[in-house]
Amino acid sequence: MSDTATTSGRPLLEVNGMSKYFGSVIAIKDISMFVRAGEVTCLLGDNGAGKSTLIKTLSGVYRPDEGEYLFDGESMSLSSPRDALSRGIATVYQDLAMIPLMSIWRNFFLGSEPTKGWGPFRRYDVERARATTREEMGKMGIDIRDPDQAVGTLSGGERQSVAIARAVFFGARVLILDEPTAALGVKQAGVVLRYILQAKHRGIGVIFISHNPHHAYPVGDHFVILRRGQVYGDYAKDELALDKLVQLMAGGAELENLAHELERAATSGEEVDRELASAAKIIEHEAVGSSTTPEPVQTEAAPAEREATDADD
Amino acid sequence: MATETAPAPVVQEDERVRRGGALSRLLSRPELGALVGVVLVYVFFAIVAADHNFVSFPTLASILNRAAPLGILAVAVALLMIAGEFDLSIGSILGFAGMAILILVTSPDDGGYGLALWPAVGIAIVLASFTGVVNGVLVNLTKLPSFIITLGTLFIFRGLTIAVTRALTNRTQLSGLDEVSRDVPRPGFDLAHTLFGIKVEVLGGRFDIAILWWIGLAALATWILLRTRQGNWIFGTGGAVDAARNVGVPVNRVKLTLFVTTAVAASLVALIQVVQTNSADTLRGAGLEFEAIIAAVVGGCLLTGGYGSVVGAALGALIFAMTRQGIVITGIDGDWYQVVLGTVLVVAVIFNNFVRKKAAAR
Repeated sequence: MSDTATTSGRPLLEVNGMSKYFGSVIAIKDISMFVRAGEVTCLLGDNGAGKSTLIKTLSGVYRPDEGEYLFDGESMSLSSPRDALSRGIATVYQDLAMIPLMSIWRNFFLGSEPTKGWGPFRRYDVERARATTREEMGKMGIDIRDPDQAVGTLSGGERQSVAIARAVFFGARVLILDEPTAALGVKQAGVVLRYILQAKHRGIGVIFISHNPHHAYPVGDHFVILRRGQVYGDYAKDELALDKLVQLMAGGAELENLAHELERAATSGEEVDRELASAAKIIEHEAVGSSTTPEPVQTEAAPAEREATDADD
Repeated sequence: MATETAPAPVVQEDERVRRGGALSRLLSRPELGALVGVVLVYVFFAIVAADHNFVSFPTLASILNRAAPLGILAVAVALLMIAGEFDLSIGSILGFAGMAILILVTSPDDGGYGLALWPAVGIAIVLASFTGVVNGVLVNLTKLPSFIITLGTLFIFRGLTIAVTRALTNRTQLSGLDEVSRDVPRPGFDLAHTLFGIKVEVLGGRFDIAILWWIGLAALATWILLRTRQGNWIFGTGGAVDAARNVGVPVNRVKLTLFVTTAVAASLVALIQVVQTNSADTLRGAGLEFEAIIAAVVGGCLLTGGYGSVVGAALGALIFAMTRQGIVITGIDGDWYQVVLGTVLVVAVIFNNFVRKKAAAR
């Protein structure tokens, strides 16, 4: 992976010593992490590690009980998700991003519709909405044939991509993505990973939440591993190999107990590893390099194998 | 899922992962079902009732005159249903508004308030709007299904209408809107009659002015729904209320406004009916709420919200009226009307379900 002006500059969004309690339950404790503009910070952790709480705290749904929240170097507190959004911190939730029965362009501008005319004749500028949607999706590398298509007819990956494109268009500086690849097969996850890189190369700081190291590794610049509500480790990409990341995800002490399961996962995952590693190269190349027709992400694997992997979504 | 993997072929020169068929595009028009229904029902009765002049201007006028009041209600109900809510109380509001007009103009000697016609109409519409506010606020505050809330207000508004009317006037019907007393015409009634009650004769058919209200309001509501940001909000509110709220749609305001809209539509129909008949009845409008919902559903509105068409709802009212008129004209036992009605509803819902699955697979 090429390190394009990533490891320099101060953080765009940073939290220090952040904690959140629900009654006697310590949801997250003493979390410190950051994301820089034009970087992807991956937030990894197994179920119950505190990812959801951390995201909701970052996006203004919860107020932290302790700790400092810095945006653009300034300390602040968010009053609501709307507040976060207006400051340029956009969160794309896995299942709350889109309205399936509405068309792409109606979804894209929902809540921020462009209008024309005045007084009682003020109306939704439909042509502009359609054209802008098509154009913005095009910038993200998605060619929409028909903006009137219902979002429900899009694949899960495309739906996430529309949501990402929308956040980028409305001026997001930090993009928080809540498990955008969780419910997706390898092929579609690849599509979403590419848009994450697109957003990154447009100078946006991306916080990518995942529990899948194979999805996180190809796009991440550094990796924050959460375990039991605390930061277990924070690694830059060059400090960390994929297999190490997989191990870290499972956690040191439990590692031996889980050795058997992990081994199984690693063998069945080998194909995925290779595929994603090569996918990552193509993705990275496409995102930075020439804007010619993008090649399909998966060139290596035989179609039959892909079908098998995809079948789980 | 089959729909996900199938349309992503290995040939992927461009990113057009999904191609929608022309058929599913056509089927995804929500009003298509109602349009097909209108044609089918009309052709059916044109053949069955050929001996009874079904295809004629007088019959057409009867059909449209029946369809217009229901259509006005269905248009408002469709907007509300697209936003994901029901209003079962509109029939009661209709009775309430009509009665309010008559009570307000009736002379104090007979237990009324002796107001002039137009102030009475204005006050009645304001009172009716208030019933809409009650519905909307209750739904927004309690977060309960509007089906339950408005089922409650259906009885409350109807009961209030009956109780208050009887307490004030000792009657359940009031008449004499056109005259202050015998042979003394009521000031303003001519204008009201021209606007809401006049009949226009065209080629032997006598068409109500209400038909124009029906068409005009359907056109206006369609424009709002498809060409204003408020229309976009209506779709969003009904489609996924949390997602809509997340992106800043004022979902509570949308719902409240639409509950008021259905109430105002009900009072408009009440006005049309009192001007046409010169009278009001505490029981008027009973059962209309279901007919309006059926018309909206036949017209392509989903019961779950987020999808539907005002034009479809207006056509749904037309199907209703054609069926009713067809049964009357052919001399079929009127007892069968409800059987036909229920069948039309069930078939329409099955068809709509199929359409929705085509339109938004998954």
